[in-house]
Amino acid sequence: MDEGGLAERIPILRMGEFLLVTIQVDMHDRLAIRLQEELTQRISATRAKGVLIDITALDIVDSFIGRILGNIAQLSRVLDAQTVVVGMQPAVAITLVELGLPLPGIRTALNLERGIALLHAALGTSPPAESRHDRRGE
Amino acid sequence: MIVEGSEKIAIRQSGDIVRVRQIVRHWSVRLRFSIVDQTKLVTAASELARNTFEHGGGGICVLESLMEGARAGLRLRFEDEGPGIANVDLALKDGYTTGSGMGLGLGGARRLVDEFAITSHPGQGTQVTITRWR
Repeated sequence: MDEGGLAERIPILRMGEFLLVTIQVDMHDRLAIRLQEELTQRISATRAKGVLIDITALDIVDSFIGRILGNIAQLSRVLDAQTVVVGMQPAVAITLVELGLPLPGIRTALNLERGIALLHAALGTSPPAESRHDRRGE
Repeated sequence: MIVEGSEKIAIRQSGDIVRVRQIVRHWSVRLRFSIVDQTKLVTAASELARNTFEHGGGGICVLESLMEGARAGLRLRFEDEGPGIANVDLALKDGYTTGSGMGLGLGGARRLVDEFAITSHPGQGTQVTITRWR
Protein backbone atom coordinates (compact mmCIF):
# COMPACT_ATOMS: atom_id res chain seq x y z
CA MET A 1 0.00 0.00 0.00
CA ASP A 2 0.96 3.64 -0.21
CA GLU A 3 3.46 4.95 2.32
CA GLY A 4 1.89 6.99 5.08
CA GLY A 5 -1.50 7.18 3.36
CA LEU A 6 -2.71 9.53 0.66
CA ALA A 7 -4.63 11.81 3.00
CA GLU A 8 -1.47 12.88 4.82
CA ARG A 9 -0.47 16.47 4.20
CA ILE A 10 1.37 19.30 5.86
CA PRO A 11 -0.97 22.20 6.72
CA ILE A 12 -0.32 25.61 5.20
CA LEU A 13 -1.64 28.47 7.37
CA ARG A 14 -2.32 32.00 6.21
CA MET A 15 -0.96 34.78 8.40
CA GLY A 16 -1.82 38.12 6.79
CA GLU A 17 0.29 38.41 3.66
CA PHE A 18 2.47 35.48 4.69
CA LEU A 19 2.03 31.72 4.58
CA LEU A 20 3.22 29.60 7.46
CA VAL A 21 4.24 25.96 7.19
CA THR A 22 5.24 24.06 10.32
CA ILE A 23 6.72 20.68 9.52
CA GLN A 24 5.78 18.42 12.43
CA VAL A 25 6.38 14.99 10.95
CA ASP A 26 9.33 12.99 9.74
CA MET A 27 8.88 14.00 6.14
CA HIS A 28 8.98 11.22 3.56
CA ASP A 29 9.90 12.07 0.00
CA ARG A 30 6.42 12.14 -1.51
CA LEU A 31 5.09 14.30 1.31
CA ALA A 32 7.89 16.79 0.60
CA ILE A 33 7.02 16.86 -3.11
CA ARG A 34 3.34 17.37 -2.24
CA LEU A 35 4.23 20.27 0.06
CA GLN A 36 6.19 21.89 -2.75
CA GLU A 37 3.23 21.61 -5.11
CA GLU A 38 0.59 22.76 -2.64
CA LEU A 39 2.65 25.66 -1.40
CA THR A 40 3.24 26.89 -4.94
CA GLN A 41 -0.51 26.81 -5.60
CA ARG A 42 -1.29 28.60 -2.34
CA ILE A 43 1.26 31.37 -3.00
CA SER A 44 -0.38 31.97 -6.34
CA ALA A 45 -3.97 31.79 -5.00
CA THR A 46 -3.40 34.01 -1.96
CA ARG A 47 -0.82 36.33 -3.58
CA ALA A 48 1.28 35.81 -0.49
CA LYS A 49 4.39 37.96 -0.21
CA GLY A 50 6.28 35.71 2.11
CA VAL A 51 6.58 32.07 3.15
CA LEU A 52 7.83 30.93 6.54
CA ILE A 53 8.85 27.30 6.85
CA ASP A 54 9.36 26.24 10.45
CA ILE A 55 11.61 23.18 10.68
CA THR A 56 12.04 23.24 14.49
CA ALA A 57 10.62 19.71 14.76
CA LEU A 58 12.67 18.32 11.85
CA ASP A 59 15.53 16.23 13.23
CA ILE A 60 17.33 15.73 9.94
CA VAL A 61 17.61 17.54 6.61
CA ASP A 62 19.12 15.27 3.99
CA SER A 63 19.95 16.17 0.39
CA PHE A 64 16.43 15.40 -0.80
CA ILE A 65 14.67 17.57 1.79
CA GLY A 66 17.33 20.23 1.16
CA ARG A 67 16.54 20.16 -2.54
CA ILE A 68 12.81 20.55 -1.85
CA LEU A 69 13.46 23.55 0.42
CA GLY A 70 15.64 25.05 -2.31
CA ASN A 71 12.92 24.45 -4.93
CA ILE A 72 10.32 26.13 -2.72
CA ALA A 73 12.59 29.16 -2.27
CA GLN A 74 13.15 29.41 -6.03
CA LEU A 75 9.50 28.83 -6.98
CA SER A 76 8.31 31.42 -4.47
CA ARG A 77 10.76 33.97 -5.88
CA VAL A 78 9.34 33.42 -9.37
CA LEU A 79 5.87 34.03 -7.89
CA ASP A 80 7.07 37.28 -6.23
CA ALA A 81 7.23 35.91 -2.69
CA GLN A 82 10.19 35.41 -0.35
CA THR A 83 10.92 32.27 1.64
CA VAL A 84 12.56 32.08 5.04
CA VAL A 85 13.37 28.78 6.74
CA VAL A 86 13.30 29.10 10.54
CA GLY A 87 14.10 26.99 13.58
CA MET A 88 16.87 24.76 12.26
CA GLN A 89 18.32 22.63 15.07
CA PRO A 90 22.06 23.21 15.69
CA ALA A 91 22.83 19.50 15.10
CA VAL A 92 21.01 19.70 11.75
CA ALA A 93 23.03 22.80 10.78
CA ILE A 94 26.33 21.07 11.67
CA THR A 95 25.34 17.99 9.67
CA LEU A 96 24.24 20.05 6.65
CA VAL A 97 27.61 21.78 6.49
CA GLU A 98 29.50 18.48 6.66
CA LEU A 99 27.18 16.87 4.15
CA GLY A 100 28.10 19.74 1.85
CA LEU A 101 24.55 20.83 1.16
CA PRO A 102 24.62 24.35 -0.26
CA LEU A 103 20.92 25.31 0.28
CA PRO A 104 21.06 27.76 -2.62
CA GLY A 105 18.83 30.81 -2.32
CA ILE A 106 17.44 29.80 1.06
CA ARG A 107 17.24 32.48 3.70
CA THR A 108 17.25 31.32 7.30
CA ALA A 109 16.37 32.87 10.64
CA LEU A 110 16.83 31.54 14.15
CA ASN A 111 13.14 31.45 15.02
CA LEU A 112 9.70 32.38 13.74
CA GLU A 113 9.71 35.88 15.21
CA ARG A 114 13.00 36.78 13.58
CA GLY A 115 11.85 35.18 10.35
CA ILE A 116 8.80 37.46 10.33
CA ALA A 117 11.02 40.48 11.04
CA LEU A 118 13.32 39.44 8.18
CA LEU A 119 10.39 39.20 5.75
CA HIS A 120 9.06 42.62 6.81
CA ALA A 121 12.51 44.14 6.38
CA ALA A 122 12.88 42.56 2.93
CA LEU A 123 9.46 43.84 1.87
CA GLY A 124 9.87 47.27 3.44
CA THR A 125 6.68 46.81 5.49
CA SER A 126 6.27 47.26 9.23
CA PRO A 127 5.86 44.30 11.53
CA PRO A 128 2.81 44.29 13.81
CA ALA A 129 3.14 46.51 16.92
CA GLU A 130 3.53 43.52 19.27
CA SER A 131 6.64 42.09 17.65
CA ARG A 132 8.22 45.59 17.48
CA HIS A 133 7.66 45.89 21.19
CA ASP A 134 9.19 42.44 21.83
CA ARG A 135 12.35 43.28 19.96
CA ARG A 136 13.20 46.18 22.24
CA GLY A 137 14.14 43.75 24.97
CA GLU A 138 16.91 42.11 22.88
CA MET B 1 34.99 -6.47 18.27
CA ILE B 2 31.64 -7.85 19.45
CA VAL B 3 28.35 -7.54 17.61
CA GLU B 4 25.87 -6.93 20.41
CA GLY B 5 22.63 -6.60 18.52
CA SER B 6 21.34 -6.40 14.99
CA GLU B 7 18.28 -5.57 12.96
CA LYS B 8 17.40 -6.04 9.31
CA ILE B 9 15.23 -3.50 7.52
CA ALA B 10 13.73 -4.08 4.09
CA ILE B 11 13.83 -1.13 1.67
CA ARG B 12 11.02 -1.70 -0.83
CA GLN B 13 9.18 1.62 -1.06
CA SER B 14 10.09 5.23 -0.47
CA GLY B 15 8.39 5.19 2.96
CA ASP B 16 11.02 2.67 4.08
CA ILE B 17 13.61 5.48 3.92
CA VAL B 18 11.75 7.10 6.85
CA ARG B 19 11.65 3.74 8.65
CA VAL B 20 15.42 3.33 8.28
CA ARG B 21 15.85 6.84 9.74
CA GLN B 22 13.62 6.04 12.72
CA ILE B 23 15.30 2.70 13.50
CA VAL B 24 18.82 4.15 13.18
CA ARG B 25 17.75 7.03 15.45
CA HIS B 26 16.37 4.55 17.99
CA TRP B 27 19.62 2.57 18.11
CA SER B 28 21.84 5.65 18.28
CA VAL B 29 19.83 6.96 21.24
CA ARG B 30 20.14 3.55 22.88
CA LEU B 31 23.93 3.60 22.41
CA ARG B 32 23.97 7.12 23.91
CA PHE B 33 25.43 8.84 20.86
CA SER B 34 25.55 12.64 21.15
CA ILE B 35 22.75 14.50 19.39
CA VAL B 36 25.18 15.67 16.66
CA ASP B 37 26.45 12.11 16.08
CA GLN B 38 22.87 10.82 15.99
CA THR B 39 21.95 13.44 13.41
CA LYS B 40 24.99 12.68 11.25
CA LEU B 41 24.38 8.93 11.27
CA VAL B 42 20.65 9.25 10.60
CA THR B 43 21.32 11.68 7.73
CA ALA B 44 23.94 9.35 6.19
CA ALA B 45 21.50 6.43 6.56
CA SER B 46 18.78 8.45 4.83
CA GLU B 47 21.04 9.19 1.85
CA LEU B 48 22.11 5.55 1.49
CA ALA B 49 18.61 4.14 1.97
CA ARG B 50 17.41 6.43 -0.82
CA ASN B 51 20.22 5.23 -3.09
CA THR B 52 19.25 1.61 -2.34
CA PHE B 53 15.65 2.36 -3.22
CA GLU B 54 16.14 4.63 -6.24
CA HIS B 55 19.26 3.26 -7.90
CA GLY B 56 19.32 -0.29 -6.58
CA GLY B 57 15.60 -0.96 -7.05
CA GLY B 58 15.25 -1.76 -3.35
CA GLY B 59 17.24 -3.95 -1.01
CA ILE B 60 18.04 -4.21 2.66
CA CYS B 61 19.76 -2.34 5.46
CA VAL B 62 21.46 -4.46 8.10
CA LEU B 63 22.18 -2.62 11.33
CA GLU B 64 24.66 -3.91 13.92
CA SER B 65 25.56 -2.42 17.26
CA LEU B 66 29.22 -2.99 18.04
CA MET B 67 31.39 -3.01 21.13
CA GLU B 68 35.15 -2.71 20.90
CA GLY B 69 36.78 -2.33 24.29
CA ALA B 70 34.94 0.54 25.92
CA ARG B 71 33.67 2.13 22.74
CA ALA B 72 30.30 1.52 21.18
CA GLY B 73 29.59 1.80 17.49
CA LEU B 74 26.83 1.40 14.98
CA ARG B 75 27.46 -0.25 11.63
CA LEU B 76 24.99 -0.11 8.75
CA ARG B 77 25.22 -2.20 5.60
CA PHE B 78 23.06 -1.31 2.62
CA GLU B 79 22.70 -4.00 -0.02
CA ASP B 80 20.89 -4.10 -3.31
CA GLU B 81 20.90 -6.31 -6.38
CA GLY B 82 20.41 -3.47 -8.79
CA PRO B 83 22.39 -2.46 -11.87
CA GLY B 84 25.47 -1.51 -9.82
CA ILE B 85 27.75 1.48 -10.28
CA ALA B 86 30.09 1.46 -13.28
CA ASN B 87 32.46 4.07 -11.87
CA VAL B 88 32.51 4.20 -8.05
CA ASP B 89 35.10 7.01 -7.90
CA LEU B 90 32.92 9.19 -10.11
CA ALA B 91 29.81 8.36 -8.06
CA LEU B 92 31.58 9.52 -4.89
CA LYS B 93 32.19 12.97 -6.38
CA ASP B 94 29.89 15.76 -5.24
CA GLY B 95 27.40 16.85 -7.84
CA TYR B 96 27.33 13.52 -9.63
CA THR B 97 23.76 12.34 -9.81
CA THR B 98 21.56 10.10 -11.89
CA GLY B 99 18.56 10.54 -9.60
CA SER B 100 16.48 13.17 -7.89
CA GLY B 101 18.92 14.24 -5.18
CA MET B 102 21.67 16.79 -5.29
CA GLY B 103 24.37 14.28 -6.06
CA LEU B 104 25.63 14.35 -2.49
CA GLY B 105 24.33 10.93 -1.48
CA LEU B 106 27.50 8.82 -1.47
CA GLY B 107 30.17 11.48 -0.97
CA GLY B 108 28.02 13.29 1.60
CA ALA B 109 27.32 10.10 3.56
CA ARG B 110 31.03 9.27 3.58
CA ARG B 111 31.82 12.63 5.22
CA LEU B 112 29.31 12.00 8.02
CA VAL B 113 30.75 8.72 9.31
CA ASP B 114 34.02 7.32 10.67
CA GLU B 115 34.31 4.36 8.30
CA PHE B 116 32.98 3.93 4.79
CA ALA B 117 33.33 1.06 2.33
CA ILE B 118 31.64 0.44 -1.02
CA THR B 119 31.64 -2.55 -3.36
CA SER B 120 29.80 -2.36 -6.64
CA HIS B 121 30.01 -4.14 -9.96
CA PRO B 122 27.80 -3.53 -12.99
CA GLY B 123 25.00 -6.10 -13.00
CA GLN B 124 25.82 -7.37 -9.53
CA GLY B 125 24.41 -4.76 -7.20
CA THR B 126 25.96 -2.51 -4.62
CA GLN B 127 27.02 -2.87 -0.99
CA VAL B 128 27.80 0.16 1.16
CA THR B 129 28.95 -0.20 4.78
CA ILE B 130 29.26 2.72 7.18
CA THR B 131 30.31 2.81 10.83
CA ARG B 132 30.12 5.56 13.39
CA TRP B 133 31.80 5.22 16.81
CA ARG B 134 30.64 6.95 19.96
